[in-house]
Amino acid sequence: MQPNKAPILEMRGISKTFPGVRALAGVDLTVYPGEVHALMGENGAGKSTLMKILSGAYTADPGGEIRVEGRPVTIDGPLSAKQLGVAVIYQELALAPNLSVAENIYLGREAKSGAQVDRRAMREGCRGVLQRLGATFGPSTLVQDLSIAERQLVEIARAIHADARILVMDEPTTALSSRETDKLFDLIRQLRQEGLAIIYISHRMAEVYELSDRCSVLRDGSYVGTLTREQLNADALVKMMVGRDLSKFYKKDHDAHGSRGPVILKVEGVGDGGRVKPCSFELHQGEVLGIAGLVGSGRTELARLIYGAEQRTSGTITLLGNPISPKKPQDAIDAGLVYLTEDRKGQGLFLDMSVADNINLGVIGRDAKLFGILDRGMARRRAAEGIRSLSIRVAGPQVEVGSLSGGNQQKVLLSRLLETRPKVLILDEPTRGVDIGAKSEIYRIIDDLAKSGVGVIVISSELPEVVGIADRVLVMREGHIAGEVGGATGVPVTQETIIAYATGASTAPGATVH
Amino acid sequence: MADQTTTASGTAAADRAAAARKMRIQTIIRTVGMLPVLIILAIAFESMTGRFMSGQNLSIVAQQAAINIVLAAGMTMVILTGGIDLSVGSILAAAAMGAVIGSLIPEAGMLGIPIALGIGLVFGLVNGALIAFVKLPPFIVTLGALTAVRGVARLLGDDTTVFNSNLPFAFIGNGTLFGVPWLVVIAFATILVSWFILRRTVLGVHIYAVGGNPDAARLSGIKVWAVLLFVYGFSGLMAGLGGVMSAARLYAANGLQLGQSYELDAIAAVILGGTSFVGGIGSIWGTLVGALIIAVLTNGLILTGVSDIWQYIIKGLVIIGAVALDRYRTKGSART
Repeated sequence: MQPNKAPILEMRGISKTFPGVRALAGVDLTVYPGEVHALMGENGAGKSTLMKILSGAYTADPGGEIRVEGRPVTIDGPLSAKQLGVAVIYQELALAPNLSVAENIYLGREAKSGAQVDRRAMREGCRGVLQRLGATFGPSTLVQDLSIAERQLVEIARAIHADARILVMDEPTTALSSRETDKLFDLIRQLRQEGLAIIYISHRMAEVYELSDRCSVLRDGSYVGTLTREQLNADALVKMMVGRDLSKFYKKDHDAHGSRGPVILKVEGVGDGGRVKPCSFELHQGEVLGIAGLVGSGRTELARLIYGAEQRTSGTITLLGNPISPKKPQDAIDAGLVYLTEDRKGQGLFLDMSVADNINLGVIGRDAKLFGILDRGMARRRAAEGIRSLSIRVAGPQVEVGSLSGGNQQKVLLSRLLETRPKVLILDEPTRGVDIGAKSEIYRIIDDLAKSGVGVIVISSELPEVVGIADRVLVMREGHIAGEVGGATGVPVTQETIIAYATGASTAPGATVH
Repeated sequence: MADQTTTASGTAAADRAAAARKMRIQTIIRTVGMLPVLIILAIAFESMTGRFMSGQNLSIVAQQAAINIVLAAGMTMVILTGGIDLSVGSILAAAAMGAVIGSLIPEAGMLGIPIALGIGLVFGLVNGALIAFVKLPPFIVTLGALTAVRGVARLLGDDTTVFNSNLPFAFIGNGTLFGVPWLVVIAFATILVSWFILRRTVLGVHIYAVGGNPDAARLSGIKVWAVLLFVYGFSGLMAGLGGVMSAARLYAANGLQLGQSYELDAIAAVILGGTSFVGGIGSIWGTLVGALIIAVLTNGLILTGVSDIWQYIIKGLVIIGAVALDRYRTKGSART
């Protein structure tokens, strides 16, 4: 923070009312040049609304004030925001994949010679900024040939090239690997050095600690407060975000020694001959088994092999003493093993269909009467029961799933899986994109499942989550199980022991290399 | 803290009530769909001609719509899965040829009906198999079938028109059941069966699911291949039924001319009915309304004496305009 500098952006008393909903109530935000200012809050707290006002997508209610470099300004559209030097890097990247990097950077303000687009001038004109940002690709590369991280770089380059001085980044690391994240962080630090103000929206606390100079928290559309770097810690942040204590956040009421119960699932040498090396492990009844590891270490791929969503080339799977050989998901579901995808919207839910249909979809075949005629009474009962038992907040069972918040969507998907009465549940990133209140409810659900004797496998990139809810943790690295902590190993389940295996700093005692 | 919680839950309850209200309105808009357009068109034609609403004319409109309704019922299921079936016009021609040729079998002329239905079903299943198992794009497969099956239809009659002035099932095309033309009875029955499949069976839910999100459908254990095989098979069967209806009406079939561009009218009816072109959203009642709009337009324009050329132009513009209106009304909830 540069306390002696003048703020570049001051937002005072910003309110925004939608028909029937007050999204923002008198929010303040002060940002200085050369700082990374984190903006935190649960989903629906008003972060996006505030940023949309800043970028001109929404107009604030009268009464508030926005000053840029001390001058009161009116932002009445995306264009005026742009002219003031505000640029937003959205979660869904706003690039044209079929155009070149240079054309994208110049999009909407193409260089011309006469009436013709001057491609050469555009290529030369953005070479500088690409170099400055450390791009490894040239201006004539097509955007569709770039990785997500590189596309992000193009977006940032576009903002810088248009002389942005306030850069808003909305969950920029969601789709990045940890190496790409590190590179992005280096870039953000470089931009901060150059005097840009960066407003950084993220759900991931670790990123906020690592990166931000100050952190402002919103809750229910109101400004709660701002913490400086020195004041930042998990307890304080969570308290500000949810208005209650962290101690009740993770719930582990089930028998923590579930790892000693009878084996329910036995996986031996399962691999796909490529990304997943042969993996072996056991899951006990009533146990919560974590699978940790870096993104790309093969966790999801292993889960999909066990579920039959991809074909395994080696290994055997034994469920409740019976060998199973799932060739397609239906086989695994019939055997009592279900999988919650990490890609809720892309591969999990039917967004245009109702909550009731989504909950019932896995079991309507089983429930059906003769000739596949739907048992509608049963479907209604199941939907009502699912909504009640997982406390899904929805106006009614006929509401489209696409209109729900991330947390409630996740609970609908969970409900569909639970209706099949599984013996083993594999949850892949069960709290991704879910606000903190719903997170704690999902932890409660996992805990209840374990208590009722279901074997639960939780794949997660959030170490505090794995440590908080799992009895035992397998750590994957480069497609194989690199180590195990907790349970009979005697190694305590901590973030440090997990990271050591995940990065290869330590190897499992007596680990057999396949 | 205490009062903060009450306000929070208070607004949450208000939000939920507002959401429920919004949902009800959306449901009504979706259910009603294009019906207002249909009614307005009917009233307009009545006021212009004074004879549009006569019982006789309405019966003619319904009969003109019947074959398209049957084809569009099959098309609705295909489009709901996110696919398209361009081959229905050609299949209809081949099936009609089969129906007339079969009807010439001595003493067993009624065999023409199962022969036509069988031809339709087989071609539909071939389409479905190529799409479900070989995983070719529906547009390409059915575009190929559009051409190839047209050839088969011509082959069936040695490229001539086949007649049977003594067609044993001619009542289908020209008779009535309790005063209602058989064509209309069949069309309405098709709609009812389709409604039942879509809304009351597991298969129906799976059709919507496959169109809404194919990846999620596979991952949640739905047999996607079976759903695809069914919808293309059903669409083919409906084209076969359409072939029987055409043959019965004309006492004849011609492999070259019959059913030309029928697939476009069927697609137009489905889209007019509010079914999303990318799949997952839509209803069979919408399709019925869509098919009736097309028939009313055709009939009404003839009654008002508009020239043939202008009929084409007006029909095309009305289709585009009606869908644009629909998108405007349901903005945000529907997508094409």
